[in-house]
Amino acid sequence: MSSVEPILQIKDLRTSFFTDAGEVKAVDGVTLDVPKGGTLGVVGESGCGKSVMALSILQLLDQPGKIVGGEIIFNHEDLLQKSEKEMRYIRGNNISMIFQEPMTSLNPVYTIGEQISESYRIHQNMGKKEAYKKSLEMLKLVGIASPEKRLHQYPYELSGGMRQRVMIAMALACRPDLLIADEPTTALDVTVQAQILELIRELQAKLGMSVITITHDLGIVAETCCRVAVMYCGIIVEEADTEELFENPKHPYTAGLFNSLPRHDLEKEELEAIDGSVPSLADMPPGCRFSPRCRYAEEICLQQNPELTPLGPGRMVRCWIYSDGWKGTKEVAHYV
Amino acid sequence: MSKKELLRVEDLKLYFPIKGGFLGRTVNHVKAVDGISFSVFEGETVSLVGESGCGKSTAGRAILRLEKPTGGEVYYEDLNMNSLNKQELRTLRKDLQIIFQDPFASINPRQTVVQVLEEALLIQNIVPRRQRRERALELLDTVGLKEHQADRYPHEFSGGQRQRIGIARALSLNPKLIVCDEAVSALDVSIRAQILNLLKRLQKEFQLTYLFISHDLGVVRHISDRVIVMYLGRIMEVADKKSLFEKSRHPYTRALLSAIPVLKPSQKRERIVLTGDVPSSINPPVGCRFHTRCSYVQDLCRAEEPELRLTGDMKEGHVAACHYFEELYGDKVG
Amino acid sequence: MLQFIVRRFFQTIPVILGVTLLVFSLIHLIPGDPAQIMAGEAAPEATVEAMRERLGLNDPLHVQYGRYMGNLLQGDLGQSVRSSRSVVEEIQPRIMITIRLALYSMILSIILGLIAGVVSAVRRYGILDATLMLTALFGFSMPNFWLGLMLIKLVSIDLALLPPSGWGTWQQAILPVITLGTGGAAIIARMTRSSMLDVINQDYIRTARAKGLKERMVIYKHGLKNALIPVVTVVGIEMGMLLSGTVLAETVFAVNGMGRLAIDAIRARDFPLVQGIVLIFALIFVGVNLVVDISYRYLNKRIELN
Repeated sequence: MSSVEPILQIKDLRTSFFTDAGEVKAVDGVTLDVPKGGTLGVVGESGCGKSVMALSILQLLDQPGKIVGGEIIFNHEDLLQKSEKEMRYIRGNNISMIFQEPMTSLNPVYTIGEQISESYRIHQNMGKKEAYKKSLEMLKLVGIASPEKRLHQYPYELSGGMRQRVMIAMALACRPDLLIADEPTTALDVTVQAQILELIRELQAKLGMSVITITHDLGIVAETCCRVAVMYCGIIVEEADTEELFENPKHPYTAGLFNSLPRHDLEKEELEAIDGSVPSLADMPPGCRFSPRCRYAEEICLQQNPELTPLGPGRMVRCWIYSDGWKGTKEVAHYV
Repeated sequence: MSKKELLRVEDLKLYFPIKGGFLGRTVNHVKAVDGISFSVFEGETVSLVGESGCGKSTAGRAILRLEKPTGGEVYYEDLNMNSLNKQELRTLRKDLQIIFQDPFASINPRQTVVQVLEEALLIQNIVPRRQRRERALELLDTVGLKEHQADRYPHEFSGGQRQRIGIARALSLNPKLIVCDEAVSALDVSIRAQILNLLKRLQKEFQLTYLFISHDLGVVRHISDRVIVMYLGRIMEVADKKSLFEKSRHPYTRALLSAIPVLKPSQKRERIVLTGDVPSSINPPVGCRFHTRCSYVQDLCRAEEPELRLTGDMKEGHVAACHYFEELYGDKVG
Repeated sequence: MLQFIVRRFFQTIPVILGVTLLVFSLIHLIPGDPAQIMAGEAAPEATVEAMRERLGLNDPLHVQYGRYMGNLLQGDLGQSVRSSRSVVEEIQPRIMITIRLALYSMILSIILGLIAGVVSAVRRYGILDATLMLTALFGFSMPNFWLGLMLIKLVSIDLALLPPSGWGTWQQAILPVITLGTGGAAIIARMTRSSMLDVINQDYIRTARAKGLKERMVIYKHGLKNALIPVVTVVGIEMGMLLSGTVLAETVFAVNGMGRLAIDAIRARDFPLVQGIVLIFALIFVGVNLVVDISYRYLNKRIELN
């Protein structure tokens, strides 16, 4: 995996929200590589900063969010050094994004055709007619039935699954090199989710693009990603090839996530929940951020935040358990 | 069945009128629940599953009379809820409680948690005033909240804690049956596991019966004894958990099950991907409601709606509404 | 859409009927004998009786209303008591003046209001936003007759830039239009701001940005069209207030429009004329609301769902 040149490199990205209560570090030093042609999954629970990280890549943060440090290298250039005008050229053209809520992500007062063709008109200077023709091709590509009719319809006339297909058509209109999919199927029914995941996979193979999938669902990671990073409280706690991570999660948080899932192959009366809840970003514990909920936590965990350190080829873990000085058990229990 | 039947639903229907035309007449109906029948036995967990628009939540609300059913009967402990007057219905309400996806949507944001619980106790007037706070604190303890959190306001709680409060409120009246309407759907996995454990523990402790409404089959598999699969306002299949997840006899259930992502990245399996969307419940398809998306569809399916029926090789109580399940799955029993 | 317009048009018929009934009843709702009042306190009995006969007040009510409606359908609004000319003749030369005044004021309100509202929303919580919203607060707190008087003093008398009264040249139009349009501009500005703030936080705005659109396009193409939906309703209500505002503005600036005619008619107790003016105002209001409803529907595609 590591031999492939990454299409996007995120280095020590820091994004904060400046509120009345002070600075909230939503993304607090994230370093990640997105493999070319592959799919990177970023998984974590709500509030872990995964969506903020995704929005930071395209600099689409809402007020009062601000990128305060780091680099985002795309095609050997740092996106964070680019002007707003240069970024506009990249958005929707080289890097595209689709969002969680297909029901509200399309503008209700414009037709599907108007919204897709807009991408062609701004990035490829196409005329109206040509842009519509291309939009129709895109609708066909994403498998929408009777695309000619849909082109002239408004979003409210489409179901959630169809709207997400339209979002995908719009995002892929200019054949981007990278697609960021932020919880693309969370709002959809499970049978429609299967359709959309299949579609993204199919288009990825056809168009040869790379994908970042942001999700809370480990099942989706298992099915779509070749590499995965686990986020907790604004930092990455573990990163590995998907198969390895699922076979042998090293971080207690990752293991805890697996253990709290209901399993069909193991009849368990009680699930192994992770105790407590995610700490507030404004009030982080001093040591390891997971330490208050970690069953393996020792003295050092409560005092010092561990570094993300390599553990075998292509694998990174942020945990004291794997440091030389650790006295306790080096096994993290999990049911995979 | 030796178990006691707590709730029996017979041919329950709930239609929502669509107004339109010149004078705002009712021009059509959304047939949210279109004739469903099932029983819930004491102490068990029955799940209603299906995709959005299948009518599962509406069914739950109709059973509790939060919406007035258009037709059909609901018997609670052999009492026909249709025949009860307002007063009797109110008394009955204390036995039947509901937990919502976001319990705080229905709570006054200016009341502290303990006030919310005291109010619930006050309405049914079963606990004397002086003991109300004590009872409220006891309830909070039962659901795993601390006494120092009792005087806080709803917005000061996280999603998981809110759900605990919703559960405490439902428990306050010592109910027998709790309808859990997508009660854990909005929660993160680690918190969801805590709440599922809590629900299971409370069920044992208080001999509760759950009607668990969810779209999440993983959760349903964990918590249920029996599962009812709904599609477009109708029941497609009813079975005990094991039969349903291992030997489903309905193409829709099979598609639903196969759509769940599995946690094995190395194991790429054959998936039944349904095409298209769920049809409108204003004019549901004639014949079998699933026929427009079913890959095994025959002429009979387009003409005649299949009844829920048992077959010999099925475990008792496993019923499915499909004309062809013998042909499709009959030889695969094992 | 066409079906909607037709249906909406037919729905105004009962409203118009109601209006005529109310306007018709005006004459009977005033305390005392209308004929006596119109003829004057000291008029001899014979004059009063003649007045009563002339107005047809001796007939039963339904006959009177029938006659009134019959005349109305033929475009006859009755006769002015004072001038003996028909009400239509009285109104005709004035009506276009008032419609122009109201229309110009409306356009001013909309343009100023939209620009100020959008700028405020885009620069939310900044100094420009605060300044604009404070100005808007003044704008609708000020009674418009007072604003008119102040403008006359400042602009016409002290600075001698524009004529203080009359109607005809464009210079004469400026002050009355500002006087009448300010309040509306302020309300539209505040409405646009809050509606725009709402829209800016919508998911589809983020989608538009993610597409690589210029911020200006994001705001004006994707934002404003959605933000206009609630503003359109306010514009409709605003138009009603404008019509009543013309009464004051025309008096202050001595403009010979419908508003001034109304004041004169009321002073002269010329009830047929008052009835005619009220009816015309009401019809204009109904018409404006019809247009507002249709444009609301045009903007808000989602309504067609039902």
